[in-house]
Amino acid sequence: MGKFEFKLPDIGEGVVEGEIVEWMVAVGDTVKEDDPILSVMTDKATVEIPAPCDGTVASIVGEAGDILPVGGVCIVFDVDGEGNASEAPEPVAEKSAPVEEKAPVEEKTAPAPPAPELPPVATAPAAAPVARAAGTKALASPAVRQRARAANIDLQLVAGSGPAGRISHADLDRHIAGGAAAATPSMPMGGVAKVARNGTEDIKVIGLRRKIADGMMSSYSTIPHFSYFEEVDVTELEALRQHLNATRPEGAPKLTYLPFIMQALVKALAQRPECNALYDDDAGVVTRHQAINLGIATQTDRGLYVPVVKHVEAMDIWQSAAEMMRVTQATRDGKAGVDDLTGSTFTITSLGRLGGLGATPIINKPEVGILGVHNAKDRAVVHNGQVVVRRIMNLSSSWDHRVVDGHDGASLVQLVKSYLEHPATIFM
Amino acid sequence: MKTKQCQVLVVGAGPGGYVAAIRSAQLGLKTIIVEGERAGGTCLIRGCIPSKALIHAAHTFHNLAKHAKKDGHMGITIPGPAELEMSNLVGWKEGIVDRLNKGVEALLKNAGAELVSGWAVFQDAKTVKIGEGKDATLIQADHVIMAQGSVPIELPFMPFSEHVLSSREALSLETLPDHVVVVGGGYIGLELGITFRMLGSEVTVVEAMDSVLPLFDKELRRPLELFLKKNKIKVHTGVFAKGAEDAKGGKVKLNFIDKNEKDEKKMQHVIADKVLVTVGRKPASTGLEATGIALDERGYVKVNERCETNMKGVYAIGDLCDLGEMLAHVASFQGEMVAELIAGHKRAYDPVAVPAIVFTEPEIVSVGLSPDQAKEAGHPVIIGKFPLAANGRSLTQEAEKTGGFVRVVAREDDHRILGIQGVGTHISELVGEWTLALEMGAVLEDIAHTIHAHPTMTEMTHEGVLDTLGHAIHKM
Repeated sequence: MGKFEFKLPDIGEGVVEGEIVEWMVAVGDTVKEDDPILSVMTDKATVEIPAPCDGTVASIVGEAGDILPVGGVCIVFDVDGEGNASEAPEPVAEKSAPVEEKAPVEEKTAPAPPAPELPPVATAPAAAPVARAAGTKALASPAVRQRARAANIDLQLVAGSGPAGRISHADLDRHIAGGAAAATPSMPMGGVAKVARNGTEDIKVIGLRRKIADGMMSSYSTIPHFSYFEEVDVTELEALRQHLNATRPEGAPKLTYLPFIMQALVKALAQRPECNALYDDDAGVVTRHQAINLGIATQTDRGLYVPVVKHVEAMDIWQSAAEMMRVTQATRDGKAGVDDLTGSTFTITSLGRLGGLGATPIINKPEVGILGVHNAKDRAVVHNGQVVVRRIMNLSSSWDHRVVDGHDGASLVQLVKSYLEHPATIFM
Repeated sequence: MKTKQCQVLVVGAGPGGYVAAIRSAQLGLKTIIVEGERAGGTCLIRGCIPSKALIHAAHTFHNLAKHAKKDGHMGITIPGPAELEMSNLVGWKEGIVDRLNKGVEALLKNAGAELVSGWAVFQDAKTVKIGEGKDATLIQADHVIMAQGSVPIELPFMPFSEHVLSSREALSLETLPDHVVVVGGGYIGLELGITFRMLGSEVTVVEAMDSVLPLFDKELRRPLELFLKKNKIKVHTGVFAKGAEDAKGGKVKLNFIDKNEKDEKKMQHVIADKVLVTVGRKPASTGLEATGIALDERGYVKVNERCETNMKGVYAIGDLCDLGEMLAHVASFQGEMVAELIAGHKRAYDPVAVPAIVFTEPEIVSVGLSPDQAKEAGHPVIIGKFPLAANGRSLTQEAEKTGGFVRVVAREDDHRILGIQGVGTHISELVGEWTLALEMGAVLEDIAHTIHAHPTMTEMTHEGVLDTLGHAIHKM
């Protein structure tokens, strides 16, 4: 028997560290070469690390949420040393199946999906860990433990309401019911008793949520944001959009407002290059980009991602619509690669159907501006001296005031407004 | 050669194997269990049960001596000393063993498991051969539960012989030895040593560690050590046994030396009738080469939390495997679990607490964490104690004579019970409540608010818990 120390490999892109999303093996597990053992999140994507050899896990370093440096030992295996074929069980090596790829399977709620290379992080939606000191077992009676095991529920994730955090049958019922509509005893008259609740739930900020938190904090604490709002009359744009959708070529995507806004931004940003830029504040350099790579803020069931439509300046409206659909869908499906998730020069955040009057979006650092799009609604407005019904859309924008003056940011929004109100000019 | 097929083959009918076979048959699986000696295994035939029978007899004999003194004891006087007929005692013990052995066989039959007598030789991991030649039987199984148990460790320089006994022979002596030397002051050695002492033998204990029962803490050992001293059992700690040689008059001479002593001239010795070697047990894992089952460096079969070996469909339970302590109740639990796993249930070995009992006089019981272990694990610890001397029921059966107490260990912040230990005569019967408390995740208040029957020794558990909370009633 020998020891095999495995160091966290270079996962590319000059990444120097990764955050543990999930250990798929535990000490004592038998693994085969190429079995997935660890999922690590780097800047934008999550990588599954395969076992480098056959062996038994002797020790692992860190738990979910811990940062591992590239090149640091992350796991140690007990392996059969090469050529020690004299041991008795030797002829069996082939027919004996390893006990299991990952032993504690039944106690995990959501093993990472068999994802392609570089899948985005998959944190189990229901896996809200309860505050329980690391290494302490969940407190529950044997009957509750057996029920949980049979139902594939990890008791570590179940909130215990009893003394010392003990998990009761009722707690387990509540967990199974998804925590909703729980514990509302019905009253004799058929009414529902309202019960005062005192429980709290501590949720560890790890994985993607921590990335988002760190990114937002870094942006908000270093960038002096100024926000600027405008309303846009999209009555004519709506007419054009309806027409194009009604007559669209076969196989072409249905157009939302966003492709028009993307195309309007191509025109406007070309005239305001200070707004299509990345600011390296350490180096003190603003890099203006000729390419217009638009980040599209996308809500997924795993959290916020910003997939990127690249070179919108080289696309027509149909292509930009199609590419936007591709990258956002891939992101929602957890299939977007690093390339689809990096390289933006400006970001659009659309609140879509949620609408709202205005918002103060946080800049996707190191970009210098972000445009928020609200839903279009018919409103009564004064138009040519008459109160008429027009379709109005609000735009919100935030700018890095260190390198974008108020005048510049406002001018960019006014240009976009102008293009959208006179949609023909987008295509001239 | 006959060939039999079955869904589940259990090898070894000890407390792990026979339970696995009964449960497996209950679940409707065609089950065969193979046993080379008698159904019941070490526990029933040559371990737990026979030793407890002898211990009970020794207590009876020991107590009768008090009544034979002038003026007797508790108003009861017998005219002369009680007499021991060792071969009859062993016969009485065998009667109990026979009854339980027949009981196990009947249970297996009733459940529908087939018991095959003979020594199973593994052909591969799922095939065993019993017997030789044309009378041999080949049994092939879909699932195999290995439950071969363990055997006493033999010291290489002191092989078992007429004079050098393992626990197995010590339980079947036809005559009482005048002097027994016990090599190894663990629980088996002390249980048997004290038994022989109570029956009238002179007893000497030779132990390499600095105390007997080194696995238990000093506080728990103290009443036992006092008993050993009071009853003139000589204990040599920190010494290595160096070998046994024949001595005059059919006796045996055991040589031993201080473990730090290099000079062979400082060798000490003791002359006795029998040397009992109880230095531990090892898994009976020889003869598994053909199976390809992986063993660890100490010879235990490597298993995971479901007792699965490296071979699919092959399980190992009890003393044979590297999961859990070498205790009959662990083996039985694992046997039942594996049968249910094979039947498709989801099970795992995840006890919170495994009770450990030493049937010495006084008895020592422990479940969960001791105060030191709890502190080491980082718990904020509170401790409560209650003595047998303050418990009415203990006094009425003279259980307090050997001292003893119940000790409760809990977390200071949330009052979760981490462990309960006790030492004292008859104390072992309290362990059920203690284990259940730990398994249920009980806090001190759960036991404090439970009515404990009076007059029983279980009241000490209640009072120990109250003492942990700082308000024991019957304690000043």
